[in-house]
Amino acid sequence: MTHRRQFVLSAAALAVAATLPFAAHAADAAKVGFVYVSPIGDAGWTYQHDLGRKELEKTLGGRIETRYVENVAEGADAERVIREFAASGSKIVFATSFGYMNYVERVARQFPNVTFLHATGYKSAKNFAPYNARFYEGRYLNGVIAGKMTKSNVLGYVGAFPIPEVLQGINAFTLGARSVNPNVEVRVIWANSWYDPGKEREAAMTLISQGADMLTHHTDSTATVQAAEEKGVYAFGYHSDMSKYAPKSQLTATTHHWGEFYARTVDAVLGGTWKPEGVWGGMKDGMIRLAPLNPAIPADVQAMVKELQGRITAGSLHPFTGPVLDQAGKERLAAGAVMDDATLGRMDYFVQGVGSRLPTAK
Amino acid sequence: MLELEARAEPSRLMAWASPLLAVALMLVGGLAVFAALGKDPVEGFRVFFLNPVKDLYALSELLLKATPLMLCAIGLAIGFRANVWNIGAEGQFMLGAVAATGVALYFGDAESALVLPAMVLAGAAGGAAWAAIPALLRTRFNANEILVSLMLVYVAQLFVSWLVFGPWKDPDGFNFPQTRMFAEAATLPMVIEGTRLHFGFAIALAALVAGYAFINRSHAGFRMRVAGEAADAARYAGFSATRMIWVGLLLGGAAAGLAGMGEVAGPMGQLTDKVGSGYGFAAIIVAFVGRLNAFGILLASLLMALLYIGGEQAQQYLNLPNSISMVFQGMLLFFLLGADVFIHYRLRLRRRGT
Repeated sequence: MTHRRQFVLSAAALAVAATLPFAAHAADAAKVGFVYVSPIGDAGWTYQHDLGRKELEKTLGGRIETRYVENVAEGADAERVIREFAASGSKIVFATSFGYMNYVERVARQFPNVTFLHATGYKSAKNFAPYNARFYEGRYLNGVIAGKMTKSNVLGYVGAFPIPEVLQGINAFTLGARSVNPNVEVRVIWANSWYDPGKEREAAMTLISQGADMLTHHTDSTATVQAAEEKGVYAFGYHSDMSKYAPKSQLTATTHHWGEFYARTVDAVLGGTWKPEGVWGGMKDGMIRLAPLNPAIPADVQAMVKELQGRITAGSLHPFTGPVLDQAGKERLAAGAVMDDATLGRMDYFVQGVGSRLPTAK
Repeated sequence: MLELEARAEPSRLMAWASPLLAVALMLVGGLAVFAALGKDPVEGFRVFFLNPVKDLYALSELLLKATPLMLCAIGLAIGFRANVWNIGAEGQFMLGAVAATGVALYFGDAESALVLPAMVLAGAAGGAAWAAIPALLRTRFNANEILVSLMLVYVAQLFVSWLVFGPWKDPDGFNFPQTRMFAEAATLPMVIEGTRLHFGFAIALAALVAGYAFINRSHAGFRMRVAGEAADAARYAGFSATRMIWVGLLLGGAAAGLAGMGEVAGPMGQLTDKVGSGYGFAAIIVAFVGRLNAFGILLASLLMALLYIGGEQAQQYLNLPNSISMVFQGMLLFFLLGADVFIHYRLRLRRRGT
């Protein structure tokens, strides 16, 4: 009797397993949710995160299943989206923009068994940690190329908002350029938006008309490199390799790579070894790379960039090594010292060599 | 041959049937959209329209999302009835949020029970003050209030940005554009514990009742309706056009300002440059779908909130693109405008040749 019942049960189980192989498989897969701040598009911040999500899927295969919501504004709606992921069984949620921080914090408190990762913020909890990349490492190398190749000694920079992350980029770019050419001046125009192709283009055009012959941007669209291509000046892409939008103009780009980090993090969470520690990865971790160098860059400059890149990767060169002087000439970092992460995270000034003034200098 | 023929007087039946017809057509259109995208239409319907009301929590989110829409729309409806076209509720919403934030930051960590009432008053006053600018320019210089109120939205956005990047920036916030989080005393209590549905919802319901009383039961509301429907008659009766412009804009601004206050003192808990989420603009659609009527606005704001949340759910569960919400909103408006034709016209079958 028992045998028979067991047989019937296992036969039934087999039949179910045979007819529903995918359902059974999907039930085992851990769900991972991604919240994106803008549409994925085909270049930019969110696009790189989505590439990371795809790489995560490829690396961990059937162990996980990902879902995402794009264009989630950094307002009260974000909390609902984040909570919905947690409530519907996601094990891990990646919230990929700064403005989600306080909402992630609240949802994390309500769902102690779900792990939350938040890009570019500073708060954390038992099941909630921030992550970011050292974009400034790529910016420094872009600056070196710009400093070597500029004829007008005016470099143009289209910025989104004067927050530490953007200021680190502008300052590293300036320090890189000045390390090879003390005469350069960096001019900054704020778009006051992360994504506004019209304004970005206008800013780029203004910079070109002010004599800038090297442009870069810390905004989401490809408008700046496209403007450079149109006007025949050089540019450095950001987030993504933008060479297909500016094949002649883009000298290289500072590109973001989240896939390996996502795979590593999800693997650690599923394996129970994850710890709520902030991650700030750079070239060493493969999170920041340079897009292929444009052949227009002279061979000696290419060699120099490769060498510097090797040193940054090895940890023997830090873009923010003293002396660092701000615009007013005040010493922000003593000669020989290396800026620590906490100080980097509070950056609220332009270094010497930036011609523009900060809009809300107190 | 089918032909449109003007009705002798507008059909009251169609005035109410038209939004229902538009919703029905939108649903049918929606099923077609799901099918065209290769999704099971029934599953799509379930995720889009039933998920947002599947349990108490989901329902609380729906009401939360509808709250600012209700407030902005009832305020706008009062002006719209008198042909006062306030397009800038979005800006008035932001100024209400700013004024309420000012109070919250001024009191800091003080545990006074007066903080919230002061914030409510400040929110309404902030929104009304912002709407007073187009009212003044319209009544003094005959400047078009549509343009002025709309352009002031951008000014309001820049003002909010300046505040959160400058004087109101959280000193411990690493230079990010946000104020401090509000203290407990400056945060609205919840209607349902464990959800995000705050007391702003009760304020919105009260505003709907007040709006109904004003539009349908007060003499001032009557004058405004007459002005909207028959301007000459209103002038002949000696109703002051200037006064109607002021009343329409100030009430619209105050209601939008209250909505802004609810957003910062409710789900956000702080002011950021993202406070304007388009509620002020969406409320224009809500006001018209709701026939500029308090009960209609209640239903229309719930429907609009459903479209927003349904769109999110469709992304989360069906991997549909994020524009799906906009497609549904677009269909709703399109069918509404189409169906509205039949308020003033009817179809007649005419034989060829006559």
